[in-house]
Amino acid sequence: MSASDWGWRHGGRTAWAVRGLNLAIVAGERVLLLGESGAGKSTLLQAMAGVLGDDDGGEAEGRLLVGGGIPTPGRAGLVLQDPDSQVILARVGDDVAFGCENLGVPREQIWPRVTAALDAVRLGLPLDHPTSVLSGGQKQRLALAGVIAMQPGLLLLDEPTANLDAEGVRDVRDSVVRVLDTTGATFIVVEHRVAVWLDVVDRVVVLSPGGGVVADGTPAAVLSERGAELAARGVWVPGFPPAWPSRIRAASERLLSSTELAVGRKTVVQEHLSVRVESGRALAVTGPNGVGKSTLGLTLAGLLPTLGGEVVAAESLDSGAGRAPIRWKSRELLTRIGTVFQDPEHQFLAATVRAELEIGPRALGLPDAEITERVDALLERLRLTHLALANPFTLSGGEKRRVSVATALATRPRVLVLDEPTFGQDSRTWSELVAMLAELLDAGTAVVAMTHDDDFVRALADETLVLS
Amino acid sequence: MSGPGVVYRVNPVAKLAAALLLSACLVLTVDWVSSAVALTLEIAVLPLAGLPARTFWLRTAAVWIAAPLTAVTIALYGQPSGRVYAEFLFARVSDGSIELAIATLLRVLAIGLPAVVLFVTIDPTDLADGLSQLLHLPSRFVLGALAALRLVGLFADDWRSLALARRARGVADSGRIRRLAGQAFALLVLSLRRGNKLATAMEARGFGSSAHRTWARQSRWRGRDWVMVVIGAAIGAVAVAASVSTGQWNSIVG
Repeated sequence: MSASDWGWRHGGRTAWAVRGLNLAIVAGERVLLLGESGAGKSTLLQAMAGVLGDDDGGEAEGRLLVGGGIPTPGRAGLVLQDPDSQVILARVGDDVAFGCENLGVPREQIWPRVTAALDAVRLGLPLDHPTSVLSGGQKQRLALAGVIAMQPGLLLLDEPTANLDAEGVRDVRDSVVRVLDTTGATFIVVEHRVAVWLDVVDRVVVLSPGGGVVADGTPAAVLSERGAELAARGVWVPGFPPAWPSRIRAASERLLSSTELAVGRKTVVQEHLSVRVESGRALAVTGPNGVGKSTLGLTLAGLLPTLGGEVVAAESLDSGAGRAPIRWKSRELLTRIGTVFQDPEHQFLAATVRAELEIGPRALGLPDAEITERVDALLERLRLTHLALANPFTLSGGEKRRVSVATALATRPRVLVLDEPTFGQDSRTWSELVAMLAELLDAGTAVVAMTHDDDFVRALADETLVLS
Repeated sequence: MSGPGVVYRVNPVAKLAAALLLSACLVLTVDWVSSAVALTLEIAVLPLAGLPARTFWLRTAAVWIAAPLTAVTIALYGQPSGRVYAEFLFARVSDGSIELAIATLLRVLAIGLPAVVLFVTIDPTDLADGLSQLLHLPSRFVLGALAALRLVGLFADDWRSLALARRARGVADSGRIRRLAGQAFALLVLSLRRGNKLATAMEARGFGSSAHRTWARQSRWRGRDWVMVVIGAAIGAVAVAASVSTGQWNSIVG
């Protein structure tokens, strides 16, 4: 792969996503591509995979060659971040075969390739197994198998483990290593968490948001030279952990509690739970994917009815709204329990970030001056001021997370329920979130967080509830 | 989609064709003879399909409920003629409306039952294979639609999350219609974004490339598929013939 003065500008944008890039990667190299959000890492991967679109999709300059030719779809294998949007067909075998069919591989060769690819990623499932019931980690390995079956000389992974729990991350990484060892394919991966791939890659390239390459060399050289700088820009560099805030633990009081609680959507997923949410304390709910963490969070937040037992608010919290949060009005929840959903996009209601933050305070009927003051302070605090007029949907993952947290904080709830608040975040957003939650805790807010993130639990949790 | 019965092994394209031919014959007329004849023949043939009884009753439950409801409505409000038996406000039960009601009851069953039996046993992937390989419909559209179908399952989850998120944001107290409209719009935005990502993932796997596409699964047209189409056409034809020969043919056109 080689780029000379290559650049790309997405249709309708004035800024270049990538510009002035000069980079050569020879066959068989294994490269970790780093750079802060907006450095154009994903754009570069998509360009190499030939899926950036034609002239309608944007404008190119310079030259980008893969295997000596213009990149075309299907020649390089690309695995993306979101497990859900990469499953194409309903059955495991058909999904893996899809790429081979598109490349025109004869039928008698397709099925042996499919079986070999599924073996390589250790997805020991029958070919007619439904894809809809796979876990996130399994879906990513399925996507990897679909790519491997196409036998590409270049394997491109765009944050393939950002949405996975620890076990899923390990499975995907090990599968990739096995495949690279047998095929000798060239490998380029984009990832915030350096530690995952450090032992796999032999070269690290750092892109600059201004365009071009900032650093390029062996992992040891680049990380020792640039480690601190990369960490400051949000890359998770081993040896440069984000700072943990100190906490003052004042006296606390019970705000929400429940005994013999059973939760679920229609069928019970967890029962006989005993939960106590206290002011100024953080409760972390952990456990593997699909165990019912989100369901418990939504139930405590007064959004889902219980399937047994009751969630009871203390008198100091309900202040006249009644004991059971599920029976509170939507508006009554605002100052009592704020919820931050796992997917920020589910929560967005307005066309601009500023309007988004104003919705809660307006529903409370606060005076305009007060609303402006609160929103300005939050925008400033969460580094969102320059995005006040941007559409929330167009933001990066880290920015979306910050907006969704800000919307909950705008009404100053006494209990804050967060579902996977740090999932897929760079280290900079991570430390900002943790610092802010520590401040809120010290000021007496209760925090309930459903999380996979061990660092988060160690940094903040006063109590941990492990679901199994 | 698999099961023990022969109906599971018929090519989806044949099932689609049979259901379409049969329905085409039955929607042309509104008399009771054609529906009764078709329904009788279907009751004779349907058990041969091999659909498990439990599946049959579960899947056709909606038809069994819809048919009598439609018939009662037509008995009450249908075009009155002949002797009038009862009258209440706008409702008038007469010879004419009763005859029409019976004809409709039979027709809903005659069209609905075979359609349900044939469609619930169609696997979308197999249907896409058949449409592309046998009917040579453009694979780009057929596979695009097939992949989009998988997203429908995610919509239901998105919709539930959107409703909860709105309650959490403090805007779920008033204006139910406005709220649902807003929520529907949000779902549209989300689904477009999902669709976009899916399109990129498909393209990354070479979908839409210039290579001549091959098919991992071969869709075959066998003798039993002809039998399926002939059965559908024959029931329709016999029903029409019976209706015309007894002078009951009552065309919906003209």
